[in-house]
Order: sequence, then structure tokens, then C-alpha cells
Amino acid sequence: MVRAFTENLGRRVIGGVEEFGYGAALLAESLFWIAAGALRQQPVRIAAVAAEMVRVGVSAIPVVTILAFANGVMMALQGIYTLRDFGAESQVIPGLAMSITREFGALIVGIVVAGRSGSAIAARIGAMQMSQEIDALRVLGVNPVRHLVAPILLAMVVTVPALTVLANVVALLGGGLLCSLQMHMSLAAFTELTLAALDVSDVSQGLTKSVVFAVLITLVSCSNGFAASGGSEGLGQRTTRSVVLCIAAIVIADMIFTFFLSR
Amino acid sequence: MPMPNARAVTENPGPVIRVAELTVRYGERRILDRVSLEVAPGEIRVIMGGSGSGKSTLLRHLLGLERPAAGHVELFGRDINAIGAQELFELRRRMGVSFQGGALFNSMTVGENVQFPLREHTRLDANTIRIMSRMKLEVVNLAGCEHLMPAQLSGGMLKRAALARAIVMDPQLLFFDEPSAGLDPVVSAELDELILRLRASMNMSIVVVTHELESAFKIADRITVLDRGEILLTDTVENVRRSGNLRVRSLINRIPDDSPVDADAYLERLTRTD
Repeated sequence: MVRAFTENLGRRVIGGVEEFGYGAALLAESLFWIAAGALRQQPVRIAAVAAEMVRVGVSAIPVVTILAFANGVMMALQGIYTLRDFGAESQVIPGLAMSITREFGALIVGIVVAGRSGSAIAARIGAMQMSQEIDALRVLGVNPVRHLVAPILLAMVVTVPALTVLANVVALLGGGLLCSLQMHMSLAAFTELTLAALDVSDVSQGLTKSVVFAVLITLVSCSNGFAASGGSEGLGQRTTRSVVLCIAAIVIADMIFTFFLSR
Repeated sequence: MPMPNARAVTENPGPVIRVAELTVRYGERRILDRVSLEVAPGEIRVIMGGSGSGKSTLLRHLLGLERPAAGHVELFGRDINAIGAQELFELRRRMGVSFQGGALFNSMTVGENVQFPLREHTRLDANTIRIMSRMKLEVVNLAGCEHLMPAQLSGGMLKRAALARAIVMDPQLLFFDEPSAGLDPVVSAELDELILRLRASMNMSIVVVTHELESAFKIADRITVLDRGEILLTDTVENVRRSGNLRVRSLINRIPDDSPVDADAYLERLTRTD
């Protein structure tokens, strides 16, 4: 019983270390192709990057907008009702400004992109792996990391921060509308107070996190796709695993970032 | 019987493929055991064997998709497991592969699939690339199908489209995995004719992996018979037909393997706790 437990634990630890190493190698190889692909006459195709940006970024705009707006409204509501007891309702505005730009804008976008694109990427690459399309790329002299992963990585590190900026603005707009209704203030006054409360470092903290989330989503979803096997059952498991690991990685990375950047 | 292309042999007397003592293991299991073979320029070599004989594993090692536990695989005189990525990349431009299921890119049309290697490896303009891909689709009798998606193709059309993509760069070496699998006899015979036509017109060496006897006997210059990870025989079609080797005869005459079961091993398999 104890032996079986320790063996199982050991296997999982080794598997985890292997997976981490694979992700790191995938990142290094992608960066290599982005930097040196053109010199080796195997550039990362701009058209492929643009197509990924549409899939990851443009298509996510509606859902990010809705979620960010709802989140902004909810945070303002909670803030007003909680702070009202202390007579500090006006403090809701700096609270909203900082928590959205530092934390929730990036987090909402990370979770949305992990759910939408992380699963789609894992499924797409997994299906290609099982139908031998990845093998076909290799024997055609096309590096699969250069052809598949590098465009996704580039698209992610551009679109996830861009979506984060959108989420910040929309969430603050939602919070501002709620404040203007509940606290009888104009949107212009809300905007003025928000800008006064914010520092460049607040916004840059959120944007830095979003770049890290973009890299994590790319690596987790692509590595799960490449590891897919076992038919449709295996593909389904890999896709689910990809989404769960993406969200877990995002939340843990967020926690670590917040711990160090908020000291 | 078709013979190796004489002109190609004279120009390049060295083998296109040389495999020496190739051994492959998955865990404790030995999948290929000291396999050695050579394929001459212009030759059609059929690698034949039943299910589980190791022929697909051998093909993956010939393509450089996996690294062996021991032994060497040389393509055009270069050991593919000892060269760098760039040199392997250059070598792969000289060969084409048609996979068993076609392995066409499902997100692209047939035309885009065939154009893909040209777009990746050449600086030809879009019009030339389109013309060249149409030429190859004509060769495999798929003219006018370039706008179809892979999901819209029949089994035979898929294999021919994959073949068009494999030959679009005019390779010197073509690998064809199970060309007849899942096809009716007429379509299968058409593919056999196509393979022979390609060799005659393009001077290429062709390695075909198959378990279809009729197809193998029709197209092969030489046949390598693989069984349980070992090469039983490499010879001409006539000599393989006449072989006295019992396992070769079993394969040719489609006689099931009735080798006696070891009682202890059988009992161990039944009672083993995983």
C-alpha cells in the first residue's frame, strides 16, 4: 500500500518534471525560430500569426467585454455595500482602479483565453498528431514548432495584453456606471478620480502578468496537444487537462506575481 | 517484372538507403532485431510482413521520426541519426512520403496541401506554384479536385492526393505506407500502376510498406519479408514466391501462425497481476 503510493507519487513527480522540461524546451525552440527562422530560410509566417491573432484575440472580444463589464459592476456593488458601513464609500474608486488594473483585468482575460483558445489549440494539435499530420510536417522538412507553436506564441503575447487593456477599460466603465448610479456622481468625475488613483506601475503590473499568462497558455496547450494519443477518448482527456492546467498555472503564477510585486 | 532504372544506377552506384543492424526496443520488447537492408537507386523495394511484424516501426526509423536503440540508418550516404537538424532538413527535401491515412492537412484544400512544400521550400511565385501543383494532381488523376477539402475525398482519392504532395518537389526517394490498405481491388490496382509510372517517369527509388501480396508482387523489384522484427528474406519477386522458408510460405499462402504455445508462459500471462 505504502510502496504503491510512493511509486505512484514518484511517477507523478517525474512526469511533472518531464512536462515542465518539455514546456521549457518548447519555449526555447519557439523563441529560436522567431529570432532566427528568417536567417535559416524558415521564417515564422506572418499570415499564420495574423490568423492566430484573429482566433485568439478578435474572436474573444465579445466574451471578454461581457465578463469584464459584469465583473466591474459586481466589484463596484460589493465595494459600495461593504464600505458604506464604514462611511468610506468614496474609497471604492481607488480600490476598483487598482484591483482591476493590477489583478482582475489580466485574470479574466487569462481564464477566458485558456478556456477558449487553450482547449482549441490542444484539440487542434492533438488531432494533427493522431492523424500523422505532425509527422507529415517533419518529413516535409517543416519544423512543427516553427510552423505551429511559434505563431501561436507570437499571437498570444500580442493579443492577451491587448485584451487585458480592453478588459481594464470595460471593467472600469462597468464600475463607473454603477458608481454614477449609486453614488450620484458623473462618469467624468469617476474617470478623474480613477486616473488620480492609478500609477503607471499598476497598469504595467497587470500587463506583465498578461504576457506571462499568454506564454503559459501557449506552452501548456501546445505540449498537451503534442502529447495526445489514444483516439478520441485520449484527445478529449488532453483537451480537458489542457484547460485545467492552463487555469491552474495562471492562478498560481498570479499569486506568485502578486506576492512579490505587492511587497 | 519491372527492373531498377539503369541510368540512375550508373550515375549513383551507392545505395539510396542503407540500414545496418537496426535494433528497436520498446521497454523490454524488441520490435526490430538487427535489421539490415539496402535499396538501390531507381529500385522499387517492397517491405512486406503481417501485422505486428515491425514494418511500420522500420518505416518510422527510415524516415528519421524515431531514434533506434542500436544500428544505423543512412539516406543518400548520410547517417540520419548522426547529422544535425539542418542537414536532416536538406535530406528530407530530397524525399517524399505518402502516409497510410494520407496525413493531408485537414485545414487546407487539396490544392493547398500539394502546394505546401513548394511554398515552404522554394521562392517560386504563386502562379508557378499553382501550375506545378496542378501538374502533379494531373499525374495522380485528380485534376479539378484542388478546391476540395480532405474530408470530401474518398479513400483512393486521399491516397492519390497524398502522393501528389509527396512528389511535388520531385524527390529522389519516395516512401509509400500501405498504398492498398482499405481500398477496393480496382482502385488498388490503379495505385500500383501509378507507382510504376512514377518510377518510370521520375527516376525515383520507391519504398513501399505493405501487407498486400498481390500489390507487392506486381510492383516490387525486390521484396524484404519482415516477421516478428527480423528480416526473413530479401529477394526478387520470383525467388520470394519460390522460397522454401516456412514462415515466408505461411505469409504468402495466408496460413495462420500455429506455432505451439508455451504452457508456462500461457499460465503466467493469465495469472499475472499488473
